[in-house]
Amino acid sequence: MAESEHAAVRPLANGQTRIDFQTAPERYRHWKLKIDGDVATLLMDVDEKGALFEGYELKLNSYDLGVDIELADAIERLRFEHPQVRAVVIRSGKPRVFCAGANIRMLAGATHAHKVNFCKFTNETRNGIEDLSENSGLKSICAINGTAAGGGYELALAADRIMLVDDGSSSVALPELPLLAVLPGTGGLTRVSDKRKVRRDHADVFCTTEEGVKGKRAVEWRLVDDVVPGSKFDDAVMARAKEFAAQSPRNGAGRGIKLSPLTRTFAADGVEYGTLSVEFNRAERIATITLRGPSAPPANADAMVALGANFWPLQLARELDDAILNIRLNELDVAAIVFKSSGDPASVLAYDHFLDAHSSHWLAREIRHLWKRVLKRVDLTSRSLVTLIEPGSCFAGTLAELPFASDRSYMLAPTLPSPASGGGPGRAGDNKPTATIALGDVNFGAYPMSNGLTRLGCRFLAAPADLEAAKGAREKMLDAEAAEKLGLITFALDDIDWDDEVRMFLEERASFSPDSLTGMEANLRFAGPETMESKIFARLTAWQNWIFQRPNAIGEEGALKRYGTGQKPVFDTRRV
Amino acid sequence: MNIEAVDYTTKIPNNVNLAEDRQVLRALESWHPGYIDWWMDMGPEGFQQSLVYLRTAVSVDPKGWAKFDYVKMPDYRWGILLAPQEDGRKIPFGRHYGEPAWQDVPGEYRAMLRRLVVIQGDTEPASVEQQRHLGKTAPSLYDMRNVFQVNVEEGRHLWAMVYILQKYFGRDGREEAAELLKRRSGDADKPRMLGAFNEATPDWLSFHMFTFFTDRDGKMQLESLAQSGFDPLSRTCRFMLTEEAHHMFVGETGVGRTIQRTCEAMKAAGIDDPNDTGKIRDLGVIDLPTIQKKLNLHYSLSLDLFGSEMSTNAANTFTAGLKGRFQEVKIEDDHQLESSTYPVLKLVNGEIKRVDEPALTAINMRLRDDYTADCQRGLDRWNKIIDKTGVQFKLELPHVGFHREIGEFKDAPVSPDGRLIDQATWSRESGQWLPSKDDGDFIASLMQQVVEPGQFASWIAPPRVGIDNKPGDFEYVRIAA
Repeated sequence: MAESEHAAVRPLANGQTRIDFQTAPERYRHWKLKIDGDVATLLMDVDEKGALFEGYELKLNSYDLGVDIELADAIERLRFEHPQVRAVVIRSGKPRVFCAGANIRMLAGATHAHKVNFCKFTNETRNGIEDLSENSGLKSICAINGTAAGGGYELALAADRIMLVDDGSSSVALPELPLLAVLPGTGGLTRVSDKRKVRRDHADVFCTTEEGVKGKRAVEWRLVDDVVPGSKFDDAVMARAKEFAAQSPRNGAGRGIKLSPLTRTFAADGVEYGTLSVEFNRAERIATITLRGPSAPPANADAMVALGANFWPLQLARELDDAILNIRLNELDVAAIVFKSSGDPASVLAYDHFLDAHSSHWLAREIRHLWKRVLKRVDLTSRSLVTLIEPGSCFAGTLAELPFASDRSYMLAPTLPSPASGGGPGRAGDNKPTATIALGDVNFGAYPMSNGLTRLGCRFLAAPADLEAAKGAREKMLDAEAAEKLGLITFALDDIDWDDEVRMFLEERASFSPDSLTGMEANLRFAGPETMESKIFARLTAWQNWIFQRPNAIGEEGALKRYGTGQKPVFDTRRV
Repeated sequence: MNIEAVDYTTKIPNNVNLAEDRQVLRALESWHPGYIDWWMDMGPEGFQQSLVYLRTAVSVDPKGWAKFDYVKMPDYRWGILLAPQEDGRKIPFGRHYGEPAWQDVPGEYRAMLRRLVVIQGDTEPASVEQQRHLGKTAPSLYDMRNVFQVNVEEGRHLWAMVYILQKYFGRDGREEAAELLKRRSGDADKPRMLGAFNEATPDWLSFHMFTFFTDRDGKMQLESLAQSGFDPLSRTCRFMLTEEAHHMFVGETGVGRTIQRTCEAMKAAGIDDPNDTGKIRDLGVIDLPTIQKKLNLHYSLSLDLFGSEMSTNAANTFTAGLKGRFQEVKIEDDHQLESSTYPVLKLVNGEIKRVDEPALTAINMRLRDDYTADCQRGLDRWNKIIDKTGVQFKLELPHVGFHREIGEFKDAPVSPDGRLIDQATWSRESGQWLPSKDDGDFIASLMQQVVEPGQFASWIAPPRVGIDNKPGDFEYVRIAA
């Protein structure tokens, strides 16, 4: 049975017309971010009536995308607004329940595309919590006082330490398979096996036991780190948080910067941000994102802090992140995202040099890590990605990662001077500078993909010599010929061919099956080794998204459809 | 072996042929010392060496199943007693309707069934723990014996559930059985599973209200488990219900005798106004408005035990054939409920309305409605006691939305007469509807132990007949010095 994607799309609550990823602590409905010296507490207290869509309530601290948007926002604020925080405790504001996971009724009524994008975003948020620990020195503790089921336990799995109250009933569980006939969608299985290294037979028992595991066995099976009696729980959690804080290398003493609201203007066919524009060509199903380069970097770190959220690399990263998420969740028909840029590539490199020079400054480091995560978000976006490198563009250093993240890149080659046309940098009659691309140190380590490789490392997997050659070309303005020779672009085209080639490519792309494109692109983008992170996304897209389409889950008699009715699902018993 | 006779040759009296079921016998015998430790630690405080005139089950024949004798409570013969197996019993509801009842646990329902048994099992020792201090303030030896009888039988009900866990659930079952002895009512670290079983039972009126209202929830739960397609659970619960009837009796007559004493004292003193609280309390009896407040409290707490009005879990256990409705076999319908509805009180746009909901997910609601009707019958009998004395007062069950912590009305204050009110009105008025600290202090001041045979505290009337037809001055408890 095919799910009808358009027949009965559930409306957003409160008359909203699009899902907005921008929020701020004063607007949170589901989380409270409390800062007490060097320890932060993220208190989950989901407002039952605060669902993102109409038609379900968020009972028992269950969550939907709206809840996770707040969590992701809170994590970003810990990074940028509270650099003095050195450990974070995640816990529930409700008695006897930690978190019941993703809201089942929400999932049962969601379109397939929403389920997939919901899982993807929540995974990125969980990865962000791990990144916070690994790279920002901000370790996390999940303090479970009650039931942590499904996505609730998966949230805990993202933390460095899981502490469970030992009251004879509080438990951790992954009940997705026995209860809902689906899989944990936020890396639960992979983190159980690869991060916590739970023995496979124990994991098998755990993942098929709806009520989960509690007490001593949860520790013995490595599902949690500590079980603590209720009367000692708060003290034990705080002691552990203090210990983590004492060990933290985070050096951001003093004030943070304010992540001020993004300035955006939504129009019918585009979104205008401070440092980029998004333009929708709905007939052709193309979204063009044009990034605007900077002027000169500030004089010193204090000036960077003073600029805060207006510091160009930070502003652009936040705006690009928002633009990508908006396309993912609100612009489902977009087949391809086209990256363009305008500006001075030397200035982009100058900003990279600035961040390199201040690499010990907490803010410079956080900005680099933000870029790393935004670029990963681009990698994981299931649309065809193409970069057009044209005269006047500035794909240098950090921004050069976009062509490397793209499925293809096209670069406009200068036409040869001839008496007839007069020649020129690019298109006839255009006096913009010749299209160039430039590499910097950042392209060789600062922005690993989910598979642990740099985009160039992944690109040149077969030929380490090519990677060395590219390294040798750092800090040079490379024209199309040089870039093509170094293997940095897909095609160099001159003015005569450019328009037609690009048009035909995009038309062809839009004509292919979107599903097969999603699958093919995801296969080709991540050459090389697997990491826990890459496995999580790969298995999500392969297994979960398959199960999410199967009648055993979503058919009229499937488990998701029947959940909550009291009727038992009927399965097609043939193993695939 | 005669299924109705109880085998006393094993350490654990039983009618399930334990002597030939070595493995389960061994499991139960190894659980036994822990149980006795628990009983010594958490059972009735101060009376473990006293001789109590208790009934002990000797058969599962409804006629004459028990014998009465003096026994020290730790020596009570707690046993495993199941109602006789019915030949050809069929699963009476759910998707397996009409199939032969299961004699073994169906694998697909193992976890669900275990959870039902554990939750039921957890309530049994909990009430013993809640009531352990009551002996000190017993209003008579008769009442003291009654609380101890209730306690030892709740202990036996724990045995009943532990037998099911150990016989049918392997290692998990043994672990759960051990956990049942580790949790403690009201303990911050190891509380009992359900909220009402962690509340204190501070005085005898609370105890009688608890046995009337909360044990009646227990009765309804047992009634619905007695319908179970898992036959051993059904048989266990059917016999537990035989004992549970006495607990209902203790609650209903306890409150009834309190009411009777109050009304008689008012009449004797020439007080007609039941709200003349000061004067009535001066008589050493509990005024009827306070009894109404206690009733409001215990009824509303007990309603919470039924869970949310709409419940997926309840629907699942019904469909699975594990937990049915009250008197399922007497209901005339398809017993599957896939397309029927049941009216449920809900909040709809700021109004309390009756809404038709899918009957499967409204299973809790139906059981709760049956419970309310059962409670009302008890109230009618109490009101008859009042009427007979000529006092003008009527006890009433509050609205089901009143003072709720679980379900549809948990965030919506509702008055006892069923009006939706705002938070300010609730804060202002709720003192008239629920017992205050002063009310509690007054009741506590009346709680003086009376241990002379045939004597009763000032606030409660003697029973009409004694236990086992014993005379009024019978020494139901021989208190050890």
